[in-house]
Amino acid sequence: MTSYHVAQLNVARPRADLADPSMADFVAGLARLNALADGAPGFVWRLQDSDTGDATGLRPFGPDIMLNMSVWASVDDLRAYVYRSAHLDSLRRRNEWFHHEGLDHYLVLWWIPAGTLPTVEEAWARLETLGRDGPGPEAFTLRQTFPAP
Amino acid sequence: MVGVTAPDGLEPGLDTVAALHDPVRRAAYRAVAAEAGEPVGRDDVAAALGVGRTLAAFHLDKLVDAGLLEVTYARRSGRSGPGAGRPAKLYRPTDAEHAVSVPPRAYRSAAELLAEAVERAGADAVLYQVAREHGQTAGGGTAGRDPLTLLAANGYDPVRDGDIVRLRNCPFHRLAEEFPPVVCGMNLALLDGLLDGAGLAGWRAAIDPTPGHCCVAISKTKNR
Repeated sequence: MTSYHVAQLNVARPRADLADPSMADFVAGLARLNALADGAPGFVWRLQDSDTGDATGLRPFGPDIMLNMSVWASVDDLRAYVYRSAHLDSLRRRNEWFHHEGLDHYLVLWWIPAGTLPTVEEAWARLETLGRDGPGPEAFTLRQTFPAP
Repeated sequence: MVGVTAPDGLEPGLDTVAALHDPVRRAAYRAVAAEAGEPVGRDDVAAALGVGRTLAAFHLDKLVDAGLLEVTYARRSGRSGPGAGRPAKLYRPTDAEHAVSVPPRAYRSAAELLAEAVERAGADAVLYQVAREHGQTAGGGTAGRDPLTLLAANGYDPVRDGDIVRLRNCPFHRLAEEFPPVVCGMNLALLDGLLDGAGLAGWRAAIDPTPGHCCVAISKTKNR
């Protein structure tokens, strides 16, 4: 019987270039938050650029869309990191640094067979599925989850 | 069938809440709830209340019948196997929330719609500013200069842990579970405003999640 991990994609539009002073707190917190994720229970993998160690330089969906993608052993593990760790404080301030203009849906979760990794193309397709069909077994959210196959 | 609003009418909430009418029973509930999720036994509750064990057990079991407490069994001494003794019957609050409103009101349904709208509109900063202002007004109205009194008077359940005050009750619990950044941010701003309004410059509220507590903790600022 296959076991599954949960993959997540979140996208946003930065309000300014990362070098801008208004983004300083976001940039300053990156290394710590990524290290926190790496050490969190149930963490499996996160997308990163080989130079920077994070995904902030990647623009596969267009010049103004930043992304973050990761894989976790369970939805509970993901939720614990996102909402019950120091990450919550950054999330609280996200509107200082990011907006979601034109992105009706900006967070999607989906199940992948354990031991595989998601691609950005697949991730975007899941986000589109969420937008088209609403939360379901193929694409869902932290607020409305579906069990693994 | 609940519909889009879910008013907290008399059924089924009233019977549950009414179970707390008796003062001894209410004290027994509070004694268990004060343990913040740690199961507690009949004898400890009896001692806390200054009543006999049989009476404590009677009230605790009534609270279980009402759905306010649940029972768990544990071996207190860490022994196991035959001859280890009967497991102790322990009590702790259930996860359920109970509300009664007369006439029936559905403020939580409205709160969910408003929270989602704030999130969708990206209006977090406005909400935080509003919350801060409300906190400042509430803090300005209190005579107490001690943070624990101030917090307890404003619906939180503070407990001191050295130079940190943690909150065992989240007044917005279910809403915070659905909309964590927005509602926790709102709560932080409210507490920040409360401390500011009460003139407690030596204390600072910050996001600091720990299991079983509100995600906001209050700590002494360094130069005090």
